[in-house]
Amino acid sequence: MDFSAVVPEILLLVLAFIVLGLDLFASERGKKALGYVGVTGLLAVFVLNFFWSPGGSDPTMSGMIAADSISVVFKGLFLLAAAMVLLISQGFKGIGRQGEYVALVIVAAIGMSLMASSANLIMLYVAMETTSIALFILAAYMKGNVKSVEAGLKYFLFGAFASALMLYGMSLVYGLTGTTDLTGIALAVAGMSDELLLMVVGIVLMLVGFSFKVSAVPFHMWTPDVYEGAPTPITAFISVASKAAGFSVVLRVLFTAFGVNGVQAEWVALLAAFSVVTMTLGNVVALWQTNIKRLLAYSSIAQAGYMLVGVVSASELGVAAVLFYLMTYTLTNIAVFTVIIIFSRVSGSDEIAAYDGLSRRSPYLALAMLLAILSLGGIPPLGGFFGKLYLFSAAIEQGYVWLVVIGVLNSIVSLFYYLGVVIRPMYVNRSEEEDKPLPIPAPLMATLVACVAGIVLLGIFPTPFFELAQRVAVALF
Amino acid sequence: MNFPVLSIAVLTPLVGSLIELVQPADKKTRIRVIGAIAGFITMSLSLYLYFAYDRSVGGWQFIEEMPWVPSMGISWKLGCDGVNLPMLSLTGIVLFTGTLISWAIDDRPREFYAFLLMLTTGVMGVFASLDLFLLFFAYELAVFPMYLLIVIWGWKVTREYAAMKLTLYLLVGSIIALVGLLAIYFKTGLHTFDMIQLAQADLPVDFQKIFFLPVFLGFGVLAAIWPFHTWSPDGHVAAPTAVSMLHAGVLMKVGAYSALRVGIQLMPEGAKMWLPWIVILTVVNVVYGASVAMVQKDFKYVIGYSSVSHMGLVTMGFAAMNLTSMTGSGVQMFSHGIMTALFFAIVGVVYERSHTRNLPDLGGFVRKMPWVAVAFVIGGLVSMGMPGLSGFVAEFQILTGVWDAYPLAAALSVLGIVFTAAYVLRVTGQVFFGELKPEFEHITDATVLDKVALFILCAVLIIVGVFPSIMVDLVSSGMEPIVNLLGG
Repeated sequence: MDFSAVVPEILLLVLAFIVLGLDLFASERGKKALGYVGVTGLLAVFVLNFFWSPGGSDPTMSGMIAADSISVVFKGLFLLAAAMVLLISQGFKGIGRQGEYVALVIVAAIGMSLMASSANLIMLYVAMETTSIALFILAAYMKGNVKSVEAGLKYFLFGAFASALMLYGMSLVYGLTGTTDLTGIALAVAGMSDELLLMVVGIVLMLVGFSFKVSAVPFHMWTPDVYEGAPTPITAFISVASKAAGFSVVLRVLFTAFGVNGVQAEWVALLAAFSVVTMTLGNVVALWQTNIKRLLAYSSIAQAGYMLVGVVSASELGVAAVLFYLMTYTLTNIAVFTVIIIFSRVSGSDEIAAYDGLSRRSPYLALAMLLAILSLGGIPPLGGFFGKLYLFSAAIEQGYVWLVVIGVLNSIVSLFYYLGVVIRPMYVNRSEEEDKPLPIPAPLMATLVACVAGIVLLGIFPTPFFELAQRVAVALF
Repeated sequence: MNFPVLSIAVLTPLVGSLIELVQPADKKTRIRVIGAIAGFITMSLSLYLYFAYDRSVGGWQFIEEMPWVPSMGISWKLGCDGVNLPMLSLTGIVLFTGTLISWAIDDRPREFYAFLLMLTTGVMGVFASLDLFLLFFAYELAVFPMYLLIVIWGWKVTREYAAMKLTLYLLVGSIIALVGLLAIYFKTGLHTFDMIQLAQADLPVDFQKIFFLPVFLGFGVLAAIWPFHTWSPDGHVAAPTAVSMLHAGVLMKVGAYSALRVGIQLMPEGAKMWLPWIVILTVVNVVYGASVAMVQKDFKYVIGYSSVSHMGLVTMGFAAMNLTSMTGSGVQMFSHGIMTALFFAIVGVVYERSHTRNLPDLGGFVRKMPWVAVAFVIGGLVSMGMPGLSGFVAEFQILTGVWDAYPLAAALSVLGIVFTAAYVLRVTGQVFFGELKPEFEHITDATVLDKVALFILCAVLIIVGVFPSIMVDLVSSGMEPIVNLLGG
């Protein structure tokens, strides 16, 4: 069999084993360096991934894997996110047993890569479970911490529930079409005249599983608790990579298997409703949060709502917009969580009230937070602005003006808490700890600088990145 | 010509802002000097452009173009004509004087100057832009640092309320306008944001009639068109001095300018339908703003409402749609910008020493700061439209033009000018004359830098008033093509 389509995943698996193996023999000091082994390996695969072209975008490996151009871009996102997550995990209190931790992050990255390139429902399910199980364990990784354990358990229970419903949906689709192959399903659906209702039920049930992954309403309930309880680097990982993986699946399944006229109108209408409810609920509930991680959980729910606007557009421009948005969102959210980690190392608190006076205590940290938050709010000249612009133009092009109006109103609500709740205390309030130093460890500093530079770059020169997104978006149509 | 002066003028504040950010926080003097230098360079470049513009040729000059987001037809395209040159100079002058006035800011001056300069790049970008998207991009860049500047350095009592109110008003306005911009973009089908090409696209009349109003009023929020003006006095009062200067002096013009460029110039048919109705709003602006200013007890609120009133004259001049009135509006934008910057600078100088802005508590300051009093009187005379000063040049033309189009509106506006005279004289008397209270016996005169700033602002007001030809002909040449679009 030809394994060329999964070379990046194989290398990642080797990397995970190397890390586990080194963990057995390394000294205590050596174990601390395992994170860097992971980072180096992930970055190496990241680079290789872009130059590795297995040739052709047709599914290979018995139709299981479609290593097409869009999957390459998604894999790039996951690998970059995983590498940065390992960097910001350096020295994080409560993460013992480095080897297993690093290996689990890599395994999650393998799962996500396979999610992005699955061309078959069975493969897809296996990939999603690989990702989820690794993330369940990682969420509960701070064994002694009640909230972390609670987060892991909640994540697991919700995940199992969503996964069961999704599996039921897949079985309905299989029963109606007689195949689990995505292109095969598309052919069968195109030739179908009756039983469309049952097909729609199957799609809806599958969407349950996907919505859990991207934390879209009404399957978002786990988000705030898991975000709050999980170790912060893992929160960052879940908020960016896991969400991006979820979107890779949403895009591939909906456009490859169900992109035919009969059913497309059905799920587009459903997702439009999901999108409105998701962004509105996320933004409105975020207004009342006092814990920064919970606030970001609701913000990330809202962000998923915006990205669904791009999916609803159901066009190449829409898919490219989602991809571009994910790029900026990944950098932005990692930047925000890095700031949170740096700050809570010293203050020991994730309450927003603890951030009083941060701009006096550490002006550059406050500035990094400001830029990241403004990017989330969609303010120029930052990446988030173009992200929203592309998403909304794609929707206007397809005639969803009403959806854009709702999205825009939501952005204004979001600015209210981004500015009023997050930024204001940092800049306006005073605190007794203003004069205490706030040391920033080198790996976290490097990640933060890279992310902020990326956010500004995407906000000033979006063209090359958006053109990349447009080129690969074609693969789904 | 090949040397991109205009781009450099637009980007100088941004570069200054970045340089500020890498300075050590405790080197406060160095930080202030860098701010002032950036302001000075910006002013010099904008004045250079003003005088280097070839008036005998007219039209768009100094055009600089570079593709930016080609997939959507967005480019970095800048240019100058008779309308935006005075605006660019205004921005440069107010920025430079503002950096001088802000010398006293002692809390995190680095961040203050960085945000202030960032905002100015946005403002310059709006004025210089020939690309619709770039205009909007710069517009947003000009609006959001305002939140931080007010909420961090503003007047403690109202800053949080005022900053959030201002930000939300302006963002809602700008986003309503954005919907209009995108609609124009998709409607023309030209796949370009180039305003010169869009202006020739002949948008369907029905489309113009629908989209003119959201675009004009969306930008008009920033020009404080009644009834969307309420953020403005609150915002001005809460903002620190230099920010009030920039905000009332320049940022409100950004609103009026964008409404003119995008609303009237791209959709003249829509303008012809709606402007006769909008004139009613502007009359309310003028009369209501002035009458509310009359009864304020807070020094700064008087100036805040006076801006609402004077900006009403600007939009009224647009609404009259003839060359005389629109030229007057163009000059008024400049004149009011300088004048209101002068007023806010004086309020700042007084407040910093008296720690109160309550008018009945003040008095007799002429004995402590005679030159400041002179500057205030000059500003007051401009405000009243005294001949020989820039305000007369502007308001006389506006009212003559409006008289031709809407005699009743012109007549009512004269009422606003009477009110203006009343509040200016009242404030001058209450603050600078009368008895000096014992608690103010020990206050000091304005600093040298304050005086330099006030001197520059007064000098500009007088020069334009005595030699109106250096501005009027230029503005008139810039307004002419727009008036031709409106058919008269």
